[in-house]
Amino acid sequence: MQALDRREAVAALLADRRDLLVVTGLGSASYDVAACGDRAENFYLWGAMGGAAMAGLGLALARPDRPVLVITGDGEMLMGLGALATIAAAGIANLAIVVLDNRSYGETGAQPSHTAHGVDLAAIAKGCGWADTHTIADAAGLDQLARALHREGPRFAVIRIAPGEKPRILPPRDGAFLAQRFRAGLGIGEP
Amino acid sequence: MTNAVDWPDQVFTTLKRAGVRKIAYVPDAGHARLITRAHEDPSMRAVVLTTEEEGIALAAGAWLGGVRAALLMQSSGVGNCINMLSLPANCRMPLLMLVTMRGEWGEFNPWQVPMGQATEAVLRASGVIVHRANAAEEAAPMVAAAAALAYDSRVSVAVLLSQRLIGAKQFVAAGEAL
Repeated sequence: MQALDRREAVAALLADRRDLLVVTGLGSASYDVAACGDRAENFYLWGAMGGAAMAGLGLALARPDRPVLVITGDGEMLMGLGALATIAAAGIANLAIVVLDNRSYGETGAQPSHTAHGVDLAAIAKGCGWADTHTIADAAGLDQLARALHREGPRFAVIRIAPGEKPRILPPRDGAFLAQRFRAGLGIGEP
Repeated sequence: MTNAVDWPDQVFTTLKRAGVRKIAYVPDAGHARLITRAHEDPSMRAVVLTTEEEGIALAAGAWLGGVRAALLMQSSGVGNCINMLSLPANCRMPLLMLVTMRGEWGEFNPWQVPMGQATEAVLRASGVIVHRANAAEEAAPMVAAAAALAYDSRVSVAVLLSQRLIGAKQFVAAGEAL
């Protein structure tokens, strides 16, 4: 089965990120985004497994003027599948969710995840009402997705990535720092 | 007796006055009026959840974007939230939860009792500050204080709306024996 390099895939999505706000699910997705350069417009979850998509929804609702991109892994998405229903029902345009699918729980010893057993996340999203769903396994698809991130959504994509760990590029993990930096970057002052 | 009838409307007004603009909820009969008001008000955005912990992540995301969200749930949903409560705690974000209680005052359904009885302890163990309203006239002022505490001091606060205040759910007509 064809699969992309996770670092190259994320780098391609963020190469021309412009005003994208990025939320990452815990684990390798956070390291992949950090490897593209740590910045205030990135919010990394180091825990709260299953919460990345919903944090993206909250941010997208709060900032309808900015495109929001959630980058997470298959295991993290599987823990919060209900979010796909909630986001579809919320009917917002400025949110994209990208699942980096290596069919395994990479942080914990590469145990096969449900997608290794045939669970199709894009089909689940479609069944929840997402009009724009993709499963991407080549550079052309990736290029199309990178450009689509700046257009109206919502958009759900699974990127098939090769198994195997990359060097860990660890972003800051103090949540209070990350939150305050993110808000300051948007010009939001003290509460 | 006006208060007894109007407390959900007063709570809604209080939330608006506190600057809350997003209301995430898992439906509950005790929150029904508040949910309707939130959907009807063009300045408010109501989001229905499939499970309560989704709302904690939603509130965190909204806070990142500079917007205040509140979360409505029944006590049975509090257990679903435990790990996700680490998100506002770690990030020093506010969280305001309004929890309608089951399993305590004249409960008919035994399945509600374990989580209802554990609700307050579970919240406190997870680092959430707990207020409890037992009477209708307490509800709105308590929500106002809880909102100020949550958003100004950036902590997680739950207001428990007791089953005595809401009224025990009636499964069978009064006087009918099972």
